[in-house]
Amino acid sequence: MLTFENVTKIYSGNKKAVNNLNLEIEKGEFICFIGPSGCGKTTSMKMVNRLIEPTEGRILIDGKDIMKQNRVQMRREIGYVIQQIGLFPHMTISENITLVPKLLQWSKDNRRERAKELIKLVNLPEEYLDRYPQELSGGQQQRIGVLRALASNPPLILMDEPFGALDPITRDGLQEEFKNLQRKLGKTIVFVTHDMDEAIKLADRIVIMRDGEIVQVDTPDEILRNPANEFVESFIGKERLIQTRPDVKTVGQIMNKIPATVHKEETLSTAIQRMKEKRVDSLLVIGEDQTLEGYIDVEDIEENRKKSTLVGEIVETELYRVKEDSLIRDTIQKMLRRHTKYVPVVDDDNRLKGIVTRATLADLVYESIWGDEDDN
Amino acid sequence: MDLLKELVTYYNDNGAYVWTEFYRHFLMSAYGVLFAAIVGIPIGILIARYSKLSPWVISFVNVIQTIPALALLAVLMLVMGLGTNTVILALFLYSLLPIVKNTYTGILGVDKTLKEAGNAMGMTRFQILRMVELPLSLSVIMAGLRTALVIAIGIATIGTFIGAGGLGSIIVRGTNAAEGGAIILAGAIPTALMAVLADFVMGWFERLLSPANSRKLS
Repeated sequence: MLTFENVTKIYSGNKKAVNNLNLEIEKGEFICFIGPSGCGKTTSMKMVNRLIEPTEGRILIDGKDIMKQNRVQMRREIGYVIQQIGLFPHMTISENITLVPKLLQWSKDNRRERAKELIKLVNLPEEYLDRYPQELSGGQQQRIGVLRALASNPPLILMDEPFGALDPITRDGLQEEFKNLQRKLGKTIVFVTHDMDEAIKLADRIVIMRDGEIVQVDTPDEILRNPANEFVESFIGKERLIQTRPDVKTVGQIMNKIPATVHKEETLSTAIQRMKEKRVDSLLVIGEDQTLEGYIDVEDIEENRKKSTLVGEIVETELYRVKEDSLIRDTIQKMLRRHTKYVPVVDDDNRLKGIVTRATLADLVYESIWGDEDDN
Repeated sequence: MDLLKELVTYYNDNGAYVWTEFYRHFLMSAYGVLFAAIVGIPIGILIARYSKLSPWVISFVNVIQTIPALALLAVLMLVMGLGTNTVILALFLYSLLPIVKNTYTGILGVDKTLKEAGNAMGMTRFQILRMVELPLSLSVIMAGLRTALVIAIGIATIGTFIGAGGLGSIIVRGTNAAEGGAIILAGAIPTALMAVLADFVMGWFERLLSPANSRKLS
């Protein structure tokens, strides 16, 4: 949908505001540009509708180079919301909302219709259409600001710290409301902010910038879990990293380290015996040096008891396994989706390290609800 | 009391004449300001856009303002001869400063974020001017016209020296007559009255057009 290709912006004085930016934004994606002031996030955004023109490189919207299009025409097809709201004080709310449609020469009736349609989206009464911006509160004004950007139904919307000037409670409500609106309408959004909470809350992907370069692009979860470097870590802030720690527990921390195993050279009767001892219905099969070969269960032994004698002959090698540093959340999800009772945990060389069973999960849930047993 | 009685008598006897001069005086002032507005507002817009021009233009209109009215009239008379047109030209020149300056400040005073918003929404330069900058600076521009008109009414009184008529003629006649106090007043009072009235009416317009009151218009 929106592509940055080696985009560089050099202001007079040879200051590189944006340096060789490459980024691909999908349709319907909510992208947050974030970084300290002067990192080039706003410049990057403003280059999309050519409020600032790139020095080098290309920006493509739906594969079309923006520099080859009519600037005025193109801007009418891109929504724009700014921090200062920027409603025109001499126009009514209705006129403000439908300014772009007016520029696009919609008829008066169509414009009025559209204004009514839009104001419903943000749950403001229709009477507001005939009021003036200064009669509305800041939060209401910015709702109108957002509607103005939506008026001609553009597929792409640029937002420059739109909620930055609002008080925290209003901001919170508007973020919520806006995220829902975005999901409903499926717009592609480029959102500039310096507020990490806001970015985490809203974005599908976050672009962290510093000194005109991208430091990390990823989903909020991934950035919290694996900050690319110290800068990102400090930018996220310690507090947030601690808060998200439950999510970043790895299976290595919760797995059962002594799984029930049988060596592939052992006989089936030994295997049966071990199952009985451990009161389980399947065993993990290991080879030389603790490498995981697969598993056998009671049924396999039952069926093949007459034909074979060694475990290695009937081992099932089709087995889903996870690494020690996999995340618990992902692992749980996969277990539940595959309907498996357990997942063996291996290291990089496929050596068996432990096992996560549904019993482990039960322990985990118990802990998260009633706390660690040690606490009681 | 005598003075007042004389004044009333003068108005009774010369009512039509005073009215003609009043009207003539007003027209001269109004034309001067009108032409200045036609030229000055576009200049103001232009220098607001091309800021490199602004110091030159502003100092030029400032210089005009410093020339004494009598001197300016005399010089213009050398070129254009006697008559109303010369006075109107002088008034035009005097009106330029307040009009150009106010237009310039008015347009520059429009919130930058509004211009950016308009620009980003895909307005052309002309649309920004017509739909954003002019409506929002209208009251400041009106204030400039108001000042210009009041100044013009004052200066128009000396138009009589180059044969343009106006209320100044009555005043000068009074100064030339023995015991002419009443006649001086007969010219001066309407002049002052006109200035005050013009100030009042233009002030009313100015308030009406200020963005905060746009509600009343619609």
